[in-house]
Amino acid sequence: MSGQSMSVGPGRMGAILLVAPALLMIGFLFVYPFGYSVVSAFTDNGEGSWHIANFTKAIEFYSKDILFTIVIVSLSTVVIGVLAVAIAGYLTLGENPTAVAVLKWLYRWPLFIPFIVSAQLMRTFLAKNGMMNNILTSSGIIEPLAAQSYLDWRGIVITFVWKQTPFVALLVAGAMASIDRTTIDAGRIFGASRLRILIELVVPQIATTLMVGLILSYVVMLSVLSVPLMINAQSPTMLTVDMAWRINSYGDYGVANALGIMSYLFTGVVAWFYLRQSLKDKGA
Amino acid sequence: MVQAALSSTWVRTVTRVLTMSLLAFAIFGPITNMLLWAVAEVWYFPYKLPLEYGFSFWERVFRPEGNATEALFSSIWIALLTVVVSLAIAIPAGYALARGKMPFRYLIMLLFLLPQAFPAVAVHMNVARIFYGLDLTGSVAGVVLVHASQGLVFAVWIATAAFAAVDAELEAAARNMGAGRWRTFTDVTLPLALPGVMASAIFVFLISMDEFTGTYFVGAPDVVTLPMLLFTSSMEGNYQIASISSLILLVPSVGFMLFIERFLKADVLAKVGN
Repeated sequence: MSGQSMSVGPGRMGAILLVAPALLMIGFLFVYPFGYSVVSAFTDNGEGSWHIANFTKAIEFYSKDILFTIVIVSLSTVVIGVLAVAIAGYLTLGENPTAVAVLKWLYRWPLFIPFIVSAQLMRTFLAKNGMMNNILTSSGIIEPLAAQSYLDWRGIVITFVWKQTPFVALLVAGAMASIDRTTIDAGRIFGASRLRILIELVVPQIATTLMVGLILSYVVMLSVLSVPLMINAQSPTMLTVDMAWRINSYGDYGVANALGIMSYLFTGVVAWFYLRQSLKDKGA
Repeated sequence: MVQAALSSTWVRTVTRVLTMSLLAFAIFGPITNMLLWAVAEVWYFPYKLPLEYGFSFWERVFRPEGNATEALFSSIWIALLTVVVSLAIAIPAGYALARGKMPFRYLIMLLFLLPQAFPAVAVHMNVARIFYGLDLTGSVAGVVLVHASQGLVFAVWIATAAFAAVDAELEAAARNMGAGRWRTFTDVTLPLALPGVMASAIFVFLISMDEFTGTYFVGAPDVVTLPMLLFTSSMEGNYQIASISSLILLVPSVGFMLFIERFLKADVLAKVGN
């Protein structure tokens, strides 16, 4: 009743003071280095004036890696999306309670495993004499001589998919659990197959959640240094490895930051699509 | 008819069992491979299993002066400092964002998300360059700051949600009974928000324990955390030490994640990001 009789919480000035340290931290450790990277990309290693030499050099040296990065990250995102929808869909529509329970227990494990550990697991698992090849040859699926190392672009995609699918599946399963069941039941009554119900009735209702999960994964995959460094650091490789190499071997911040700006742009494009879509949804 | 139905159920069951087994292999295969390496004494091509098992590598890295012991302690020390720094910043910020009359509140909340929204490598290499001028590269303080900036969004968002979930009427009641602002905060608000604050502390601790990119640019080669030890030993081909480090890193991650549901209650979870 008298909830507002005595003011609760800090006033405007107090609130700003309380948030100030957090804002300073973001300013000093994110906004400032971010601005620094932009300035460095357009000025370093030149005559002190603004120029785009770093970008021409970056494209000249690393155009293959730029393409490689886009392909790997896009492919991984698509595979993660398909698998996450399949897992979450089975959790929602599955009719065998045992299978649903087993799947629920099973799929989450990689979620708890740090990226660097995932990279190490895959480094041993996917190697030429790793467990995957051992099982494949022992069971007679492939000839021992045909065993090959998967520690190239495939290894990076496998590691990303392995690590990120549970995260997206968790988000999507949560969204699927809260949608209106009547549409699903209606689809069932009209005899639609479960696959059709999933694709035509369920997925449209959770599309926003799926997209958020995929965008977050996409940015994470563009940021992770340990996985490409440990799975496949030879050429062609991902931009994150090139940036680290440019700095550690040449101290060349100009080109490294030009590559960094490109990786900002890759996330920028996706963020723009997302914002446009969500604005459309709100407008509709 | 009956036979056809039976055989179709049978086919379904077999497909189900096969799919689940394949998934189980895809998920636990890599983990098993790591566990084998962690206890392998001798293992080389073309042998499919280790030739000798044992714990001599464990003894080597867990001697008081062993490199895993040192890396583990420096990881835990850095993670604890990161939690202290993050909470010291996130508790006031979360309280203000949940209760205060904050201009541009939505924008400020979004601002904390920025470090997660851009590729971290590009930012961290410049942080390292800035830190170099401040003599922070290769120092624990520098690494703690980088880790804290990575964890800040979780710390602030969860703390905000935790404070928002506290009933404002209770605070008003304390104030009406004559308690000052500070007393109300320490005796009423903070204890009620504590589970959520603990959850954010756990998140930050884990982020710091597992962080690689920032440590690679800012800390290396002077600050050796467990992920750094894992990385260098793996690149040197020392899979035993890399696998032992992996295993140690898994324990807190899995443990805390199983534990965190106790701290992160549904009412707080529903408010995260609002």
